[in-house]
Amino acid sequence: MTVALCATAIVVLALLWEVSMPWLDRKLEIRRANRASRRDGRDVLPGYDPGRERRAEQRARELLKSCVNEEEWAMYRDLGFVRVWGGESGETGEDVLSRDLRGVPYAYLIYPHRPVVAYLPQTGRLLNEYCVEFPDETRPYGSTRLPDSDDVLAKWMALKGDERRLISEANMHLPGRQVDPKMLQRDIWRLGRWERERLERARRAPAQPPRAAGSADPTS
Amino acid sequence: MKFLRMRPGYGEQLIAEGDVEVARDEERLVDEFRRQLEQGMWAAVPVTGDSGRREAEMVRAFEEIPRTTDRVIFFPRAAGGAC
Repeated sequence: MTVALCATAIVVLALLWEVSMPWLDRKLEIRRANRASRRDGRDVLPGYDPGRERRAEQRARELLKSCVNEEEWAMYRDLGFVRVWGGESGETGEDVLSRDLRGVPYAYLIYPHRPVVAYLPQTGRLLNEYCVEFPDETRPYGSTRLPDSDDVLAKWMALKGDERRLISEANMHLPGRQVDPKMLQRDIWRLGRWERERLERARRAPAQPPRAAGSADPTS
Repeated sequence: MKFLRMRPGYGEQLIAEGDVEVARDEERLVDEFRRQLEQGMWAAVPVTGDSGRREAEMVRAFEEIPRTTDRVIFFPRAAGGAC
């Protein structure tokens, strides 16, 4: 009995050895290659540096602010997205999205690193999602991703400058594939409220009496 | 005129600068413009319309850049993605 168990154990160990040897060889090979590349300085991907990314985003925000309209900048700052009206870059206001729209105004919501969403502002109806990226294959820090605000500015410039070209490059999907439709409806509602408040503030602003020189500001 | 390029981890980077009225500068800017387009970049010029609205124009050739513009922004060409 003992002899049989020992024989079985030996056979099992031999089989395990046979099976695991190639796996062990591969692991050792990978480890050797990694060690060699580190030694040769080929392990070039720099680590993620949150400070660098923050500085890049700060610069990108300044550039965005200097390019878009004041209202669009405030929209991005307050709401996290920008609305761009469609059909402005084509010849005589032609519809880029569809002839079915027959001149009905449409717009896009631009989010950083998310699909561009087309919708009808009059009804809030979502039309399509346009998935588009601007990958920088030179990967200066190992990533192809532009800072958030650069991504928004790239979409803004491309939509303003050549809407048809951008839309033709994008992957089109029905609403709801990537971006939650409930979130979009909420954002459209927030945008409406934001615009009303802004209009109200603008309407009230000139009516404020000029402050007397040297008087204390109660809000400061 | 300044050429700026958006880059991951940087924000925008100044890649060339010159006066288009100076022939040597213009030649250098033309070369850089071509080089960026060959690298797969798109080029846009921020402009301000008659109404004061800020817009952007996409340019595909150096000759399309308005002479009075002060900056051209290069960014990677769009690609349909999985987002």
